[in-house]
Amino acid sequence: MRLPPYATPLERIWHYAFRIICAAILFFLIAPILIIIPLSFNHDPYFSFTSGMLRLDPKAYSLRWYWDFLDNGTSGRFATGTWAWLVDVWQNAQWARAMRNSFFIAIVSTVIATTLGTIAALGLSRPEMPYRRVIMSLLISPMIVPIIITAVGSFFFLAKIGLVKTYTGIILTHAMLGIPFVIITVTATLTGFDRNLIRAAESLGAPAHTTFFKVIMPLILPGLVSGALFAFATSFDEVVAVLFIADIEQRTIPRQMWSGIREQISPTILAVATILVVISIAMLTAIELLRRRSERLRGVTPA
Amino acid sequence: MKQWKLLGATAVAAVLAVSYASAQQKSITVVSWGGAYTKSQVEAYHKPFIAKTGIQIKSEDYDGNVAPIKAQVQTNKVTWDVVDVELADAMRMCDEGLLEKINPKSLLAGADGKPAAEDFIKGTLHDCGVATIIWSTVYAYDASKFSGAKPSTMADFFDTKKFPGKRGVRKVPKNNLEFALMADGVPAADVYKVMKTKEGVERAFKKLDTIKNDVVWWTAGAQPPQLLGDGQVVMTTAYNGRIFDAALKDNKPFTIVWDGQIWDIDLWVLPKGSSNKDAAMEFLKFSTSTQALADQAKWIAYAPARTSSIPLVAKYNDGKTDMAPHMPTAPANFKNAVQNDFVFWADKQDELTKQFNAWLAK
Amino acid sequence: MTTLGGLAPSKPSSSDTLVAADGTPLVRKLAQVTRRARLKAFLLVLPLLLFIVVVFVLPIAQMLWLSVNEPTIRQDLPRTTARLATWDRQELPGEDVFAALVEDLKDARERQAVGRIGAMMNHVYSGARSVFVGAGRRTGSLAAPYSKALLDLDATWGDPRLWIMIQSMSQHTTSIHYLNAVDRTLDERGNITPVPENQRIHIWIFWRTLWMSALITCMCLPLGYPVAYLLASLPLRTSNLLMICVLLPFWTALLVRITAWIAILQSDGVLLSSLAALGFVDMDTAKRPQLVYNMTGTLVAMVHVLLPSMILPLYSVMKTIPPSYARAARSLGATSLTTFRRIYFPQTIPGIAAGALLVFILSVGYYITPALLGGKDGVLISNFIALHVESSLNWSLAAALGGLLLMATLILYWLFNKIVGIDSLKMG
Repeated sequence: MRLPPYATPLERIWHYAFRIICAAILFFLIAPILIIIPLSFNHDPYFSFTSGMLRLDPKAYSLRWYWDFLDNGTSGRFATGTWAWLVDVWQNAQWARAMRNSFFIAIVSTVIATTLGTIAALGLSRPEMPYRRVIMSLLISPMIVPIIITAVGSFFFLAKIGLVKTYTGIILTHAMLGIPFVIITVTATLTGFDRNLIRAAESLGAPAHTTFFKVIMPLILPGLVSGALFAFATSFDEVVAVLFIADIEQRTIPRQMWSGIREQISPTILAVATILVVISIAMLTAIELLRRRSERLRGVTPA
Repeated sequence: MKQWKLLGATAVAAVLAVSYASAQQKSITVVSWGGAYTKSQVEAYHKPFIAKTGIQIKSEDYDGNVAPIKAQVQTNKVTWDVVDVELADAMRMCDEGLLEKINPKSLLAGADGKPAAEDFIKGTLHDCGVATIIWSTVYAYDASKFSGAKPSTMADFFDTKKFPGKRGVRKVPKNNLEFALMADGVPAADVYKVMKTKEGVERAFKKLDTIKNDVVWWTAGAQPPQLLGDGQVVMTTAYNGRIFDAALKDNKPFTIVWDGQIWDIDLWVLPKGSSNKDAAMEFLKFSTSTQALADQAKWIAYAPARTSSIPLVAKYNDGKTDMAPHMPTAPANFKNAVQNDFVFWADKQDELTKQFNAWLAK
Repeated sequence: MTTLGGLAPSKPSSSDTLVAADGTPLVRKLAQVTRRARLKAFLLVLPLLLFIVVVFVLPIAQMLWLSVNEPTIRQDLPRTTARLATWDRQELPGEDVFAALVEDLKDARERQAVGRIGAMMNHVYSGARSVFVGAGRRTGSLAAPYSKALLDLDATWGDPRLWIMIQSMSQHTTSIHYLNAVDRTLDERGNITPVPENQRIHIWIFWRTLWMSALITCMCLPLGYPVAYLLASLPLRTSNLLMICVLLPFWTALLVRITAWIAILQSDGVLLSSLAALGFVDMDTAKRPQLVYNMTGTLVAMVHVLLPSMILPLYSVMKTIPPSYARAARSLGATSLTTFRRIYFPQTIPGIAAGALLVFILSVGYYITPALLGGKDGVLISNFIALHVESSLNWSLAAALGGLLLMATLILYWLFNKIVGIDSLKMG
């Protein structure tokens, strides 16, 4: 978008004004996320930059809230850094428990969503799939239907079959919420897929599973992994279903943050938020690398 | 160095997170309201109970939402063994058959040998619940914000001319309508009589209108002291124990106005069908003994529900603050007090909540 | 007639039909192969389809069923239900109905079910709880004629509206909860009538939800359009870098973004403290404007949360527009404004439709952001559904409100499918 030489003065002004506007909007998008990172190192229990922080006084910064993140809920009987302390943190710290739950629930539900979603996407992308549009709309709908309806419906239903307040119940619900993302990403990878490769493999005598693992899998892997990452992020981020279905035993990180925000907002939440931002940066990087790999594999060169 | 340890700890935690497993022990789950209140129960009930019986207690927080109890009992999968609830919820769930009946004869006799049925203050023993404390909804202000006259009556809370500044109010109709009527000149004894009429409710809403634009709404009991502390409001309705706790611990100039206080009780209830029923009952008996109830007052400014506990209430755990004058039931505080009428609220909650939300939205 | 089965040579039915290697006509064989391929494709989808039906469709269907069919009254008051089924609502029910009710209440009392009946009836008739509990307690001392006995006990039993409510709560399919969800009720003659003005809330909330969603969409569009344009027209290396600004918020947990906005907007937060330091607002936190826990806070945070959902579809459409069109227009003498208006903008309309509909659909069902930042005037219909599930325990009403919200969403989804097509949904 270079400024053409024949641009009028008005166009020149607009050209720069436009860039300033865009910069402002991008700032609006990114600033709130970046601002919590320095705030989480605040020594004082405030949500704003203290004068000490602005002077870059090292005393105004501390890891206090990160320690609180580890210590909150522990017996406090052990010296920090010892093995006994670590065990205590692992077993009793509220946030450690929530972190454990979050990873456990997200990983299991991602595996379910990715397996079922990928197999279904293989079927959906076949040209002979009957009622494709209708079925596709149905499978995508968990993403569209308001989460409160899904959560309340699941709460009533799981209560009836005795799965409310269990890991199983929450995992099933999260798997269901992650499925649309897997379907969308994997079918997208499959649309550019050259079906002749399958025919070639079959004509060379490869059995179905060999064709799948040796030919199809490597090609759709980037789409599959990014779908899995989306499903993981969905579960990792989800709080409404957890609110209704999970018991205190199954509290996840977002659920714990929810209580924190509702009841006792302390800068520990900012420390947790910072950790989560780091996790999402890692996921974003992974997605980006996968996208590039997929483009290389499929011979799409960046324009 | 500390940073490295932290980093190491986080890494270990992340690795262990994948191999998740938890050991099981004989234990009961006790659910309560969190914050300073749960702490007082842990100190006065849980710790001595664990020491005496060896039964572990998992202490969990909730926000008064009893829908999980209904779901647990209906599906016969009770994971909350003992729950601390408000009277209206206890009565309602008892009516719906969701709670175990508790025979007062099975409770421990008072320290002076009086049977429980006589020892508990009138109105604190119920079919399905045993009261532990008497607490009260009051309003409190930050003394540093008012240099001249200080608020002293319920009417002052609604007087934004005399005492300008934001007010914190809980986002429910309960108690606020009562406060509004008392501020409008209805004597404490007649509040519910007036509220039973349509005109009375209108009158209460009209009074609330006068402060509507100055209100910061809160939902959880831990918020009011924070709102006061942050300077978001100059006065707020609150639970008396929370204000006492914040004022003492953080050394804040928070002052409670007892005029027009609405007192209520909190009870232990046992959701029906728990597999730990015996251990839960054991805990209930232990925690409602004369000594345990008296001990709780060391940790929070709520009054014990047993008469035999009252003389045993001594000093706060700092060893110097006398607790007696901070109790809702202290004679000086109890002059213009109303007991929350749970029958009224059980009947009218649906209708008035709707009306309250409609009022709020407009 | 004897045939030799498989040994008989297959007789070509007519000379010009093509046959496959095994002798079946090619048309039939082709149909067979297609059918098998279709079946194979379908079988691949089947496990997921079953999963979605069981874990997603069934629960929602069951919830919707609860909105028209609440079995409590029917089960707890079986005799009364049977008698009332033929009641014509013209005058008070007869003695037989009163007698049946007293019998039912006696049974219910033994099962500890009177409170449950009262609580259920209280949802549709304010004050019914104590009427029922009161009658339940005294069932032992009541004697015929029961109508007089009950009326002496509580005059409310003489209100035909109470009986109409019992009747409609005991029906197999009742519309009472849906009426309730649109602020309507039944009067003493059984006609549909609006609830008193000061209790009308749901329609208002529905309107506000739609109105706020529209507002959010209208705010996201002018904010998203220029950014999408910039990203689509910059060289890939630069645009990839800027894309992070869009994708990072998209990938960051919602609760983190909400926390960030609270830290920024609250009265001693980053924004107002900085403004105060610059002298624009008061140093006293109590006198600063309220930016969070109200509609402003909800709007700002929701726009921030949903903006990437607007930018990404716009970007993927703009990416496909060849820049040569605009150059051609310019070289033919069009001004830059005309080029944009006549050439570029029309080609981006599919992206606008996709982005706007997506943002609108998502914001209609938002729950967390308004619940945490909403305060008094920022809450939406989802929050009311949660309220009825969690605190008033009026699950049928929650289900009815959910049914209406679901209907609205499905209409929008259908529209989206029609205009944009779900195939064009892309992630990241």
